[in-house]
Amino acid sequence: MIRLFKVKEKQKELAENANGGVPIKKQTAGELRLHKDISELNLPKSCTISFPDGKDNLMNFEVSIRPDEGYYLGGTFLFSFQVSPIYPHEAPKVKCKTKVYHPNIDLEGNVCLNILREDWKPVLNINTIIYGLYHLFTEPNYEDPLNHDAAAVLRDNPKMFESNVRRAMAGGLDSVYGLDNYALSVLNVHTCA
Amino acid sequence: MSHSTVQPSRSRDLDKLLLRPGNLVAPTFEPGTQLRDDLQEYVRILVVGAGGLGCELLKDLALSGFKNLEVIDMDRIEVSNLNRQFLFRLEDVGKPKAEVAAKRVMERVSGVNIVPHFCRIEDKELDFYNDFSIIVLGLDSIEARSYINAVACSFLEYDSDDNPREETIKPMVDGGTEGFKGHARVIMPGVTPCFECTIWLFPPQVKFPLCTLAETPRTPPHCIEYAHLIKWDEVHSGKDFDPDDPEHMTWVYTEAVKRAELFGIQGVTYSLTQGVVKNIIPAIASTNAIISAACALETLKIASGCSKTLSNYLTYNGVEGLHIKVTEFVKDKDCLVCGPGVLIELDTSVTLQKFIDMLEEHPKLFLSKASVTHLGKNLYMQAPPVLEEMTRSNLSLPLFELMGKVPKDVVHVTGITSQNDSKRSCLRKLRVVFKAIDGVTDMDMAGGA
Repeated sequence: MIRLFKVKEKQKELAENANGGVPIKKQTAGELRLHKDISELNLPKSCTISFPDGKDNLMNFEVSIRPDEGYYLGGTFLFSFQVSPIYPHEAPKVKCKTKVYHPNIDLEGNVCLNILREDWKPVLNINTIIYGLYHLFTEPNYEDPLNHDAAAVLRDNPKMFESNVRRAMAGGLDSVYGLDNYALSVLNVHTCA
Repeated sequence: MSHSTVQPSRSRDLDKLLLRPGNLVAPTFEPGTQLRDDLQEYVRILVVGAGGLGCELLKDLALSGFKNLEVIDMDRIEVSNLNRQFLFRLEDVGKPKAEVAAKRVMERVSGVNIVPHFCRIEDKELDFYNDFSIIVLGLDSIEARSYINAVACSFLEYDSDDNPREETIKPMVDGGTEGFKGHARVIMPGVTPCFECTIWLFPPQVKFPLCTLAETPRTPPHCIEYAHLIKWDEVHSGKDFDPDDPEHMTWVYTEAVKRAELFGIQGVTYSLTQGVVKNIIPAIASTNAIISAACALETLKIASGCSKTLSNYLTYNGVEGLHIKVTEFVKDKDCLVCGPGVLIELDTSVTLQKFIDMLEEHPKLFLSKASVTHLGKNLYMQAPPVLEEMTRSNLSLPLFELMGKVPKDVVHVTGITSQNDSKRSCLRKLRVVFKAIDGVTDMDMAGGA
């Protein structure tokens, strides 16, 4: 390609002071794929999505879930999504922003959902993840816990689990620290050993 | 001057390639001293990355007769680099890799000029990359490759028959190594598959289930990931973990050791901690040397035409015995990054709504329920309702205005395509060209619904 390179270099010398165009923000393939996912979202009524950074930044968004059945009926749980430029090669990073008493979500907001980590596949999409999250609230799973105290209570005493969830949600609504104190007291009871 | 008789250069072997005709040369190959001089004068090469591969590449390219090199790298030299990044010395630790690498090669190879850039690849404007004849990659991440690939492909233009314009092709040579394995690949955007065409070939990163980390760790990496992903957040709420901060790494290491002791697991070390957290696989100097040599040679072949180039992906595997294989990857014709996209000519008065309607009738698309995005601006979104509402008012505006009154540009659309009675969702690239306002008022396609 040397002839071409030569021609181009010579042209460049001639056009030395011709200023180039403004740098243009290109969309990555990941952003485009995400655009497709978002434009095809088909969410249940219990889930809503919002874009804190406006309509042109889809890479960070929030999803709120209001379960319409199960232990968590009546609660509202907010999740933040962070999508990488190489999406869907890599799963989005999802955190639960609402403090919740849940066997598969810890108090830092880490979520244990297989399709977010070990079972993520590029054929999955944002819709799948949101349904997966919704599923966590209708069927919390005590077998692979992240909050093992909550898991133990769910396994051994579902009635008590239900009332714990109720208390936590009520406290959480009253003040951000309500659950913290509550959860810590529960943790202390179980982790002294 | 060296035009009268053939003067040997200091590289006899290079002269044999460049001064003599051959059977396997490219059709445009013109051997001679002119070629040798032109390669030195007119070829400008960017080396991306000044690490294990980058050091080798700079040295190899300088010794292959190229005189105008530049190198970009955002990292500083660490002690652990010194075993293989042979341009660096103990006293260089802490200095920018690009600067030291450039200086060392210039000291050793006379006549070569290497300009270092100590910054992130994203910090440079597109024009910076367009200045080079060939971009050679010595990177360690998919993200960075994907970025440079997108930049190089953004210069590519197609003619009205969907053939790439040769003068807009920005060749890339990509090298990569992981322990005993490596690859070298030639990317001619528009001609051979680009990085994005085949990104699905990368195996997914190993990720452990969080609940395993939290409940039933079985291996040293489980303990390390527990400290990194769960314990860090618990203790440092809000503070982001920085893998390049030694204090952070030591903290994770200490916590991982505690965790391992609790579960009776052996084998957590500081270097394993770094390896797991930063996803590092031990690098082998010889693998880098082999892959870099292949890349430098391909660069020389692309520039000079002295031999046919690799077509188009070489894999090297020295794990058990030694295997080298060349595979010809194929282009994804609908690739969003390097593909031509569907050419659409429009009148400047066409509104976004009319444009969306036209896509439904377009013989190459049959695309209904289109959402449209242009350079990061979402012009119209069919869903979710919150975005539909925010973009609805654009529908009545001319697309020409929404796209900033440029004569032509690429837009992307997603929607449902129906072909042969089957409906599926798709994402397509469109090359929109606005007809000059000098005469033709309407066109056949604009008559749509």
